[in-house]
Amino acid sequence: MIEKEVIVLSLLNNLINGISLGSVYAIIALGYTMVYGIAKMLNFAHGDVIMVGAYICFFATQNFGLNPVVGVILAMLVCTVLGIVIERLAYKPLRSAPSLAVLITAIGVSYFLQNSALLMWKSDPKIFPKFFSYTDAEGTVHSGITLFDGQLTITYVAIVTVAACVVIMIGLTLFTGKTKMGKAMRACSEDKSAAQLMGINVNTTISMTFAIGSALAAIAGVLLCSTYQTLMPTTGSLPGIKAFTAAVFGGIGSIPGAMLGGILLGIIEIFAKTVNTQLSDAVVFGVLIVVLLVKPTGLLGKAVREKV
Amino acid sequence: MKTLSPGRKRLIDNSITYGIVIAAYIILQIMNAGGHMSPSLQGLLVPICAYITMAISLNLVVGISGELSLGHAGFMSVGAFSGVVASMSLQQAIPSGSIRLAVSMVVGALCAGVAGLIVGVPVLRLRGDYLAIVTLAFGEIIKNIINVLYVGVDQNGIHFSTANEMALNLEEGGMAILKGPMGVTSNVKLSSFTAGFILVMIALVVALNLINSRSGRAIMALRDNRIAAESVGIGATKYKLMAFVTSAVMAGAAGALYAMNFSSFAAKKFDFNTSILILVFVVLGGLGNIRGSVIAAALLYVLPELLRDFYDYRMLIYAVVLILVMLATNNPTIKGFFARFFRKEKEETAKGGAAQ
Repeated sequence: MIEKEVIVLSLLNNLINGISLGSVYAIIALGYTMVYGIAKMLNFAHGDVIMVGAYICFFATQNFGLNPVVGVILAMLVCTVLGIVIERLAYKPLRSAPSLAVLITAIGVSYFLQNSALLMWKSDPKIFPKFFSYTDAEGTVHSGITLFDGQLTITYVAIVTVAACVVIMIGLTLFTGKTKMGKAMRACSEDKSAAQLMGINVNTTISMTFAIGSALAAIAGVLLCSTYQTLMPTTGSLPGIKAFTAAVFGGIGSIPGAMLGGILLGIIEIFAKTVNTQLSDAVVFGVLIVVLLVKPTGLLGKAVREKV
Repeated sequence: MKTLSPGRKRLIDNSITYGIVIAAYIILQIMNAGGHMSPSLQGLLVPICAYITMAISLNLVVGISGELSLGHAGFMSVGAFSGVVASMSLQQAIPSGSIRLAVSMVVGALCAGVAGLIVGVPVLRLRGDYLAIVTLAFGEIIKNIINVLYVGVDQNGIHFSTANEMALNLEEGGMAILKGPMGVTSNVKLSSFTAGFILVMIALVVALNLINSRSGRAIMALRDNRIAAESVGIGATKYKLMAFVTSAVMAGAAGALYAMNFSSFAAKKFDFNTSILILVFVVLGGLGNIRGSVIAAALLYVLPELLRDFYDYRMLIYAVVLILVMLATNNPTIKGFFARFFRKEKEETAKGGAAQ
C-alpha cells in the first residue's frame, strides 16, 4: 500500500516539474508562434534573446543590487529593443527573399548573439540567484511548499512560472482579439498586401510582434534560469529549439496551441528524463518528427492549402 | 571571339575545379617534402580534406537540391564512429593500414548512407523551415544515441550496450572501442593527406557528374519550381532522396577520414556548431557552386588556425559574414548592379561573335 503511495507521489512530482518546465517552453513558444504567424519565418535567434534577457537580469540584480522585479523589467526592455533592432537590420531587408536566405540569416543572428555573449560574459556558467524563496526567522531557506512529509514539493518558482504562463496567454489572446494592434497583427498574418491596402502599417505591426515576442523571451529567460540556476551563453539555444518543437506540436500560429504544446512537451521531457537522462532530448526531438509526419499542422493548427 | 557551346564550357569549368585541387595537392606535397611546412599546418591537412568533402556534400543538399540541412554533422558522426569500429575490429584481419583506412571509409560511407535513407524518406516529405528543423533534430538524436552507446570487440565479434563498459561482457583480450560519453579513446591513426586528396577528388567527380546529369537537372528543376517540375513528370521524392543520400554517403566517408586522424574523440565534436561551420563554408563559397565550396572550406579552415589572435572571434565573424552575404545577395540594388555588369559583358561577347 505504501509502495503505491510513493509511486503516485513521485509521478505527481514529475508531473509538477513537467508542467513548470512546459510553461517556460510555452512562453518561449508564444514568441515563435507570433513571429512565424506574421513574418512566416523561423526566428532562430529567439532562443538567444532568452539568454540575453537572463544575463541582463542577472547583472542587474547581482552587480547593481537592483530588486528582482526591476531586473526583470530591465531585461524585458533590453530584449524588446534587441528584438526590434534584429528585425530592422537583419530580417526586414529580406522580406521578399526566399525562405532559405531568411533562415540562414536567422542562424547567423543566433550565432552572433551567442558568440557576442561568449566574448562579453565568458563561457563559465553563472549561478543564477533563487528569486522565489524566503528565509524564515530560524534561518532556513524555504523555496517551496512541502506536502506529505516532504515527499511532494511544489517550488514557488513552479507556481510563479505556471501563473505567469496562464496570465500571458490570456493577455495575448485578449490583445490579439480585442485591440486595434492585435487585429492588425491578425490581418497581416493573413494577407500582408491586403492589410496594407486597408491602411495598416505592416512594418510597425511586424516590429511590434518582434517586440512582444522578445519581451516574453526575457520573462522566460528569467524563469528558466531561476528553475535551473545555471546561466551560460548557450543556455538559450536548446530550450529555444525545444520551444519551437512545442510551437509546431501545438500548431504553429495558434496561441492556445503554443501553450498546449509547451506543457505537453515539458511533461514528456521530464518523464523521459526519469527513464534515461541522456536520451531525453532524443525523445523530445522524436516527438517533433512524429508530429510533423503524422499531423504537420500540429494539434490545434489550421491546414493551409497551397495555392498554385 | 568564339562563343563556347554549353558542353565545352562545362568541360573547361570542371577542369579548372579539378586542376585547382590537383595543383594544391602537388604544391603542398612539394612543400611538405622540402620541409617548408609548420607542424601545425601539417596537422591541418587531413581535417581540411574532410571539411572540403563535407562542404561539397552539404552543397549538394543546400545548393543543388535547395533544402536546408542543419544536421549534416550527424552523418559525419555516423561515418566517423562506424569507420572507427570497423577499423579497430579488423585490426587483426587486415594488417595493411591503407587498406584498413579504405575499408573504414567505405563502411562509414555505407552506414551514413543508410542513416541518410532512414532520415531522408520521412524528412523529404516536409518543406522549407520544417525540413531544416527536423534535420537539426536528427543531428541531435544521432549525437544523443552515440553518447550512450558502448561498443566493444573480442574474439566472438562486436558487442553493443547502452549501459556501461562492463555490460559489454568482453572476453579476455577484447577491447572497448566506443565508451559512451567519452567516445573513442584509443584509435589507431591511419589517415594521410593522400587519402584525403583521393576522397576530395572522388567527391568532386561524383558531385560534378551528378549535377551535369539528367538526374542533376531534375534535382535543380525541383529546387527552382517544385510544382512545375512535378507537372512534367519529375518525381520529387526520388530525386530529392538521391541528392540527400549521395550527400550523406560523402559525409560519412569524410567523417571516417576525419576520425582516423585522431587517437581520441567524442560525439560532442559533431554537434550543431559543426553543422553550422560547414553551412558557412557552403554559403560563402556560393550556393550551388562546388568550386566555391572547395575554396571556401580550405581557406576558412586554415585562416583562423594561422591567425591565432583572431581565433576567439572566429565564430563571431562567421556569423556576421553569414548575415552580410545573405543581405548582399538578396539586395535588389546590388543584384541589379551585378546583373547590369554581366549583361554588358554578355552583349560584348555577342557583338564579337556576330562580327566574326
